[in-house]
Amino acid sequence: MTTSALDVKAPEQAPPPAPAPGRRRRFAVHFAHYKWLYLLLLPGVIYFAVFRYAPMYGVSIAFKDYVPFLGVNASPWVGFQHFQDFFSNPDFGRLLGNTLILAFLNLGIAFPLTIVLALLLNEVRLSILKRTVQTLVYIPHFLSWTIVASLSFLLFALDFGPLFLFLNSALGTNIDFLSDPNWFRPLIVLQEIWKNTGWGTIIFLAALATVDQDQYEAAIIDGAGRFRRVWHITLPGIRSTIIVMLILAIGQMLNTGFEQIYLMTNALNRSVADVFDTYVYFVGITQGAYSYSTAVGLFKSLVGIVLIFGTNWLAKRFNQSGLF
Amino acid sequence: MKIHNTTGGRIFDAANYVFLVLIGVLTLLPFVYVFAGSFATEAEITRRAFFVWPEQFSLGSYEYIFSTPAFIRALVTTVLVTAVGTVVQLVLTVTMAYPLAKRNLRGRQLILSLVVFAMVFSGGMIPTFLLIKDLGLLNSYWALILPAAINPFSLIIIKNFFQELPAELEESAKMDGATEIGILWRILLPLSKPVLATFALFYAVGIWNDFMSPLLYLSDNSKWTLQMYLRQVTASSDLLGTGNVDPNYIPPEQGIKFAVIVVATLPILIFYPFLQKHFAKGLLIGSVKG
Repeated sequence: MTTSALDVKAPEQAPPPAPAPGRRRRFAVHFAHYKWLYLLLLPGVIYFAVFRYAPMYGVSIAFKDYVPFLGVNASPWVGFQHFQDFFSNPDFGRLLGNTLILAFLNLGIAFPLTIVLALLLNEVRLSILKRTVQTLVYIPHFLSWTIVASLSFLLFALDFGPLFLFLNSALGTNIDFLSDPNWFRPLIVLQEIWKNTGWGTIIFLAALATVDQDQYEAAIIDGAGRFRRVWHITLPGIRSTIIVMLILAIGQMLNTGFEQIYLMTNALNRSVADVFDTYVYFVGITQGAYSYSTAVGLFKSLVGIVLIFGTNWLAKRFNQSGLF
Repeated sequence: MKIHNTTGGRIFDAANYVFLVLIGVLTLLPFVYVFAGSFATEAEITRRAFFVWPEQFSLGSYEYIFSTPAFIRALVTTVLVTAVGTVVQLVLTVTMAYPLAKRNLRGRQLILSLVVFAMVFSGGMIPTFLLIKDLGLLNSYWALILPAAINPFSLIIIKNFFQELPAELEESAKMDGATEIGILWRILLPLSKPVLATFALFYAVGIWNDFMSPLLYLSDNSKWTLQMYLRQVTASSDLLGTGNVDPNYIPPEQGIKFAVIVVATLPILIFYPFLQKHFAKGLLIGSVKG
């Protein structure tokens, strides 16, 4: 038929586009259709606006002289005055030192121990032993820092603490672990290891489970011993996980854990105990220097962000997968 | 795969097993000591260096703390705040996660980006404190609940979980005339029970263990939570609000510390098996999809 021939030659034209409704109208239709979903979304959005984003706006008082009855908006601007005050304050060097030393001790001791523990657990083929040890070492992660600090107070206490009494009878030395500034850092690292090393192994154990088993067989045929297999197959197999966890750890480096440090700080160890987070608390909350302590907190956050992006950049430069 | 074992390998295995068992015991030892100490007499605690079994079984420490109004108040407060807070956090997280799981919802990307940004950057201690103060929440229990009401990580994990549920379920429910809220309530929530239970436990542990919020926001010590009470008792040996009626009775000063630690730890240890069943999976979803 001619019509069909025509049809073949000139295929059916697309229907003329409907008159484009205004964007506003289209959104109104969309909104009416999904109004219950938007209603459900509302409390969450309000939460983020009030409790997450309003404090971000509040950071502006770092550049102002915050006067409580004027509020964040009306308080006068002072520019970088608080930052200058902080950098020229003798506290600055001490805080930076304390924070960095604790951060590097955690990074240099607790972080590698996590990997070592994961590797050792991975070598266990007796599954009941593996599961039992894992169950035990995960537990402390779920305890509060208050409990960890309280346990430390009891175990290391002067006069009646088990360790004090033991060292007293064995060596005749009297060590006041809790007040002696020299013992502050070892105690903090020890607490960190006890509380979080086991927990940290979870990710590494998951990564270890994905390492290609055929490579081990091939290595065994080539006569590789246990340590060679770990060195040449296992470790390279989890390298990207190690790097991602390292980047995350470095990003958190300056967050030395307010609760832990605060709980272990006392009048005698203040010189080594003060870190950025606790300093913000003492100067800001207890002494009311709101603007100044906000500036200190902002400085710390910015350094943290620079660290995480810097490490990520370095990881990529060395041809490793970064975090983003 | 059968790994043929050399003598060296066997020695390594034996050493490794012994070492790991030792690590497990060392992790456990502080608990055992505190647990044993809480049932010991005051005299034994101060006399013996270390023990995992009391010579003389005594409930004195527990009798003492459970006779102090301040401790009872702190315990009841903590239980209530944890219960209410967990429900609030769970409801807010689920109601926000569900719309965000709908790919065709407008504004979804923007909100998700803002949530992710809030994971990286926060206002910090002082601006948050001033906000709580301006909202009139100082010395209110809501200050322990609302500022952390939604955890962005949990929100995104739950959103991803909803997103991966088969779409056919929803479509057939819609055919039957179910509303969006009906779908969430009758279909998605029953399917998500294990996931929600896991997050409820994590939220509950977080609120139960929280020390920073009460420290910052509750200056009225009659409102203190268990963690604040524990801090007071162990750090300063100040027997807070000792409702002691008999002036001749000397309270077991050290024993109290042991007993309060046990009470603050026990709920965590009781719920731990339930937590443990799920956390590895939860963490992995989080790390992959984050």
